[in-house]
Amino acid sequence: MRKVSLFNIFTIALGIAFLYLPIAILVVYSFNASRLVTVWGGWSTRWYAELAGDTAILDAAFISLRIAAVSASAATLLGALAALALVRLGRFRGRLMFASMIYAPLVMPEVITGLSMLLLFVAIAADRGFWTVVIAHTTMAMCFVTVIVQSRLVDFDLSLEEAAMDLGATPLRTFLTVTLPLIAPAIAAAWMLAFALSLDDLVIASFTTGPAATTLPIRIYSEIRLGVKPEINAVCSLFIAVVGVAVLGASLLAKLTGARGTAARA
Amino acid sequence: MEAMLATPKRSAAQKFLIALPYAWLLVFFLVPFLIVLKISFSESAIALPPYTPLFHLAAGWRGIEDFLAGLSFANYARLGSDPLYVLSYVKSLGIAAVSTLLLLVIGFPIAYGMARTPRRLQAVLVVLVVLPFWTSFLIRIYAWMNILQHDGLLNRLLLALHIVREPPVWLATDTAIYIGIVYSYLPFMVLPLYAVVEKLDHSLIEAAADLGCPRWKTFWLITLPLSSPGVLAGVLLCFIPIVGEFVIPDLLGGSRAPMIGQTIWMEFFGNKDWPAAAAVAVVLVCLLVTPIVFFQHQAMRAADRS
Repeated sequence: MRKVSLFNIFTIALGIAFLYLPIAILVVYSFNASRLVTVWGGWSTRWYAELAGDTAILDAAFISLRIAAVSASAATLLGALAALALVRLGRFRGRLMFASMIYAPLVMPEVITGLSMLLLFVAIAADRGFWTVVIAHTTMAMCFVTVIVQSRLVDFDLSLEEAAMDLGATPLRTFLTVTLPLIAPAIAAAWMLAFALSLDDLVIASFTTGPAATTLPIRIYSEIRLGVKPEINAVCSLFIAVVGVAVLGASLLAKLTGARGTAARA
Repeated sequence: MEAMLATPKRSAAQKFLIALPYAWLLVFFLVPFLIVLKISFSESAIALPPYTPLFHLAAGWRGIEDFLAGLSFANYARLGSDPLYVLSYVKSLGIAAVSTLLLLVIGFPIAYGMARTPRRLQAVLVVLVVLPFWTSFLIRIYAWMNILQHDGLLNRLLLALHIVREPPVWLATDTAIYIGIVYSYLPFMVLPLYAVVEKLDHSLIEAAADLGCPRWKTFWLITLPLSSPGVLAGVLLCFIPIVGEFVIPDLLGGSRAPMIGQTIWMEFFGNKDWPAAAAVAVVLVCLLVTPIVFFQHQAMRAADRS
């Protein structure tokens, strides 16, 4: 029997409080009626109303969402292919180099990734904007996708595929009807992570974008460099709400489908 | 399928499986690095793009010769002689080392506590630790700007509790950088630690206690060595990106003594000196290459072992 000591409870509570208090304070202050960000002037939704009329922020948010959707999809495809290659194809020529290029971007400082991508785009004289950011985000996120899908593939029960093949299914059909549904939760999680990484990125986007494609983080960054602003509190709170609902929804979904999967297997 | 895949002769589908992501990474990850390396040997120029010499493939072998003759080590010489750069590297490595240690000291008790709670609660706690990571990095740093500003909540709390008489300055200090880093990277430290601590065989710790081993000694001799893979993963996951961190020092730390990420950013966007920015980046990669290769090795081993 495990014993949970008071010390354990204390550290967990302190840790969770540390992680959540700043965010909670930010959200509360987004409802502050006062323009002075440090003085509490009562509850109000005026910053949200002002936000609705701020086309610069809304445009930036729309561009960010589009970049995130496209780059997450591309990254999921490329990353899943890379994971299949790493787990299923055994040793192939250049595997070490391949694996190195998968793991290095996970820890590579963003400033370096951003700078190097930009210099590539300049060297090939590509017009910087929407698509250059998409390519940069795809490259960064696909490695995270690979790691997630890879861990799922490693646990995979190969006898399921063998059974399908013994019963006469073609490799393609086996992949589509057996393999893909079983790794689908990992692929969905990977897509969401790639989406969030893209939506969140300031540094790489700053290097690789052009004047026509200002993303939401770039916009927020240029505003907050000069100090705290109530409108930005509102943007950030909305962002947190959307992400919070999406992640909680996804984990509930994963739990439900996971439970169904377990039931089906039992 | 596995038997078929194991045969040395690969089908077109399998070749495609490898070729597509491989080609993507070569073009968009490796080639850009080579370009950075190349430009770090160029000279800054008022032109578009702002550096010389340019490399002209069309000129053939002659072009390559001209290019090689035009290479300059001036950027690297400047890195060594200008104290701004040296201080910047030293500060970045120092801050990364101290904050990684702080993360370990703060993260371990949390991970350990999580692993001791009942199973169902553990799943909830993991989600709780991961969740802030999904909300934007920038927003979380911004939240701290709110708290740490001169008449922010922290100072008002300290004044109200009579802990300080004069409100201390938090923003634009290294303390603020440490707070921001520990806050942002805590999930990256807690999760790998939790993953190993959770699998720890608790009977070993009980045995040590039964045999009269003091708690700190049990921790030092049993818990910590058994958790070393998680410690290593957490340290690498935090240390390497922190060295090159830009957003946290820029928003919380001010610009008087920049970290290396800020220096690259300033050379690039401020001074428009692309060759200098490239040289700073190359030296940073060289400094980090040992931990990065180490990380790759660990990650690959972990993936292959499981």
